[in-house]
Amino acid sequence: MVGLVRLLGIRFLTWLNSLGRATVLWANAMWWLPRWEGVRLIVTQIYYVGFLSLVIIVLSAFSIGAVLALQFYTQLARFGAEDAVGVGLALVVLRELGPVVTALLFAGRAGSALTAEIGLMKTTEQLSSMEMMGVDPLKRIIAPRIWAGLISVPILTAIFNTVAIYGGVVVGVNWLGADPGGFWSGMQEGVEIYEDLVKGMIKSAVFALLVTWVAVFQGYDAPPTAEGMSLATTRTVVISSVLILATDFLMTLVFYGDF
Amino acid sequence: MQASEHLIEIRDLSFRRGDRVIFDGADFDIPRGRITAIMGPSGTGKTTLLKIIGGQVKPDAGQVYVEGQDICSMNRDELFAFRRNLGMMFQSSALFTDLSVYENVAFPMRVHTNLSEELIRDLVMMKLNAVGLRGARDLAPSQLSGGMARRVALARAIALDPDLIMYDEPFTGQDPIAMGVLVGLIKELNSALNITSLLVSHDIHETVSIADQIFVIADGKVIGAGTPEELRAAPTPMVRQFMHGEPDGPVPFHYPADDIEFDVLGEAG
Ligand SMILES: Nc1ncnc2c1ncn2[C@@H]1O[C@H](COP(=O)(O)OP(=O)(O)OP(=O)(O)O)[C@@H](O)[C@H]1O
Ligand SMILES: [Mg+2]
Repeated sequence: MVGLVRLLGIRFLTWLNSLGRATVLWANAMWWLPRWEGVRLIVTQIYYVGFLSLVIIVLSAFSIGAVLALQFYTQLARFGAEDAVGVGLALVVLRELGPVVTALLFAGRAGSALTAEIGLMKTTEQLSSMEMMGVDPLKRIIAPRIWAGLISVPILTAIFNTVAIYGGVVVGVNWLGADPGGFWSGMQEGVEIYEDLVKGMIKSAVFALLVTWVAVFQGYDAPPTAEGMSLATTRTVVISSVLILATDFLMTLVFYGDF
Repeated sequence: MQASEHLIEIRDLSFRRGDRVIFDGADFDIPRGRITAIMGPSGTGKTTLLKIIGGQVKPDAGQVYVEGQDICSMNRDELFAFRRNLGMMFQSSALFTDLSVYENVAFPMRVHTNLSEELIRDLVMMKLNAVGLRGARDLAPSQLSGGMARRVALARAIALDPDLIMYDEPFTGQDPIAMGVLVGLIKELNSALNITSLLVSHDIHETVSIADQIFVIADGKVIGAGTPEELRAAPTPMVRQFMHGEPDGPVPFHYPADDIEFDVLGEAG
């Protein structure tokens, strides 16, 4: 029992220590106003973390939209409420699935790549040699990647939302034959800009912050070994995913919990 | 005046990694505008010393003055400003793998100067030519051999003609011709531009031929210091053993360990 308490205590302290170092890393990196050169670096990184994630985002969004429409339609048709497919789909996608699934995919596609890239740069002393040139790698390497993530994830979420709804239209309206008028007007009446769209985007911004933070810290903090690197990339995906799902629950509670 | 004669003054340096003592009260005076060599057995802390001078590794005790400023008491911004006048060639080359050879050498110029693209190009070509790799400018670091990568790293370290250049084993893996060229290059940078050079090397012959001053370190201490002639004329047993490469003597060859009987034969031995 004492051993267990001690083990948990040590675990907790190590965790607190990592959290502290991660915060210092983040603060040092973000204490930086991007100037022209910085903007160029950010745009390059948006290409790598954002643009290259586009294919998987679009494919997933379309199939999730299609599946949702199928499920909603078969259930709602039993009550003759096919018109509600549009609004149901839009609410689920804008409020939950858009931000959450985009962030999860981003963590798997771009987060792990960020971790591996930064970890390798550290292992091969590239960050160290940059420091010796008087260039701060936190500003030059870490900060542009964090900014790129913060900008890319909300944009990817918006694209996800659009494509998912399009997927729903293709299946619900074009294929299963729901009435397009009812579909769109239901959506228009049921969806509110602030309540649904904006709050969903706020979620995605928070997720972006979490994923990029975890990814760069895991890379920066990885032990310089093959095993250390592979553990770090795995950790990025696992920790980000758990954080995304947990904060999503909390934010849903705060945003929509009504008690 | 003392301060102008020595660019770097290190006093009572102590540093340990875990239980292992790397420096134990070592003093160094690195003369300005000269070539100073640091020699010593593998694993004694030569690379560590360079990183301490660059402010990357904080010593446990002691002072490190460069231009009269204490490196250890600088904050982050001061440290980065200080490093702009410093060039370091890493033992592992540490080239940026996502940039070409050309861009690696141009990198310090791009971030620290506003030179025009043509001027940068001319400078990069001059630096690459000096190390014989002008023709390799479009290669990626992964396409270079170990010796070539070192020479690119050297070209990058001297890109901005800094006040202080630290070379960590520049001669390793070089063929005799390249070796001669590099020796000449280091010497010329030093005499023409009056750059203070700090050279870590195991190649006794080359080092003795260009160094103005040599420090031999072992066991966390400076075991010999002076001009090459002084070291040759009045060597301590440790320095003599090291300079002649004798396996037996006061300088330990082995990383600290138990007796070999113990490790090989087990406890029964
Ligand atoms: N990151 C580190 N963590 C722990 N110990 C380290 C680390 N880096 C170096 N050491 C230890 O510090 C000691 C000095 O290392 P250093 O690299 O300075 O040696 P060196 O004199 O440059 O050797 P060489 O001539 O082989 O390059 C070595 O014993 C090494 O085991
Ligand atoms: Mg070394």
